[in-house]
Amino acid sequence: MKEISLILNNEPRNVQVENNEILLDVLRNKLGIKSPKCGCERGDCGACTVLLDGKAVRSCLILAVEAENHNIITLEGISREKLSALQEAFIEFNSFQCGYCAPGIILAVTELLEKNPHPSLEEIKESIAGNLCRCTGYTPIFDAIMSLTGRGAK
Amino acid sequence: MSHYGLGTLKKEENMALAHTFDYQRPSTLIEALQLKAKYKDKAHFLAGGTDLIVNIREGMLKPDLLIDIKGISELLKLNWEKETLFIGSNVTFAQLIDNELVQKHFILLHDACKTIGSTGIRARATLTGNICSAVPSLDSAPALLCYEAKVHCASPESQREIPVTEWFLAPRKTALQEDEIVTGISLKRIPDSSGIYLKLGRYSGEDLAQAGWGILMTADKQYRLAHCALSPIPKRAYYIEDLLNNSNPLNADLIEKAIALIPSEINPITDIRATQEFRMYISGIMLKRGLTAIQERISGKYIEPRKLLGDV
Repeated sequence: MKEISLILNNEPRNVQVENNEILLDVLRNKLGIKSPKCGCERGDCGACTVLLDGKAVRSCLILAVEAENHNIITLEGISREKLSALQEAFIEFNSFQCGYCAPGIILAVTELLEKNPHPSLEEIKESIAGNLCRCTGYTPIFDAIMSLTGRGAK
Repeated sequence: MSHYGLGTLKKEENMALAHTFDYQRPSTLIEALQLKAKYKDKAHFLAGGTDLIVNIREGMLKPDLLIDIKGISELLKLNWEKETLFIGSNVTFAQLIDNELVQKHFILLHDACKTIGSTGIRARATLTGNICSAVPSLDSAPALLCYEAKVHCASPESQREIPVTEWFLAPRKTALQEDEIVTGISLKRIPDSSGIYLKLGRYSGEDLAQAGWGILMTADKQYRLAHCALSPIPKRAYYIEDLLNNSNPLNADLIEKAIALIPSEINPITDIRATQEFRMYISGIMLKRGLTAIQERISGKYIEPRKLLGDV
């Protein structure tokens, strides 16, 4: 066991971890952060997406010890005071059914919109190509995101 | 109690990888090499970890030590000097995609980087990690083979550069020695050239290649071609290059002749992603569309490679 420090949702946190513990499990089981989900455990599904130093990454493929001294943002971190515009759009367009993929998709698109506030539909598709949704067929998800791009819902 | 008031779970509910190992994060190359020399094949270097962690989780690797190289600043280099781009082994695919030099001078590599995994994978995965995994379907290989990249390796005693054509020995086996680390990959610019990488997956976005073809062309109509996912290791297609480089002009007839040479270039297998017959057949289509599209690309036209294969 070793103690690591990290910045989680803009707050410094310390946590005891083993070398072989995965960041996703430590977030969920030791740090009380339940938005990243365990789906495939091999980087394919995107349900475990978190922002590490601002970039969407797979928390199932990162050791907790690797996150030492890094900055991690989860869904909890982007909706503390009120929901983000993206989250509001997801509600407006009824973009989820089961919601399992939603935290990952919202974080991936949050990164995209920060880098590129007016993405095309193609760019949106590319940014969440690694976030699988098995309920919606993606259409209401694209509609919600497009409504924020200044290009209007498609 | 945890910060969010959700309580702390009992220890047995806390999952971890089944295998245990030591973890070190050296800040210099020499420390990393000393650790590697001590543990030999029981130590693995960890950069992005997108393959390594999966391999440990699935029991394919059982290292005693993981040497995290992300703290070694010299491996983060992405330098342009004497017409040569040096890509340090900590450089991720996301960095390469955003890099202007890669966009401008190494379009074939740029194409390939964009096809790898998904955004979330490319933010961590490194080019060096990709060639060290050395699976037959590795998307970055055709580009590196066409640019005749060099793999820079260091051991505690010495340094050497391995031409990428001599790097891949067998599936998942490379020319890297037990005491060595890859410090980076260098590519020399080929003036007045263009390139294109065609990757066929079962769908666009986040699939491994059923077939991959990289084509490089210079203004004086010299060609280099290489493929992946079509042989035990990625390879240059020298017979087709010889044909194209010693004939002109490129017309439908010549393309058919090049397609006829495909069986002597590739040795595909049937697996979960495609059959041997399909890989053989589709290579002809890819070659035809790739050779046609590169004529437009070299004249400056924007071509989206994915669109050439139907974008399903």
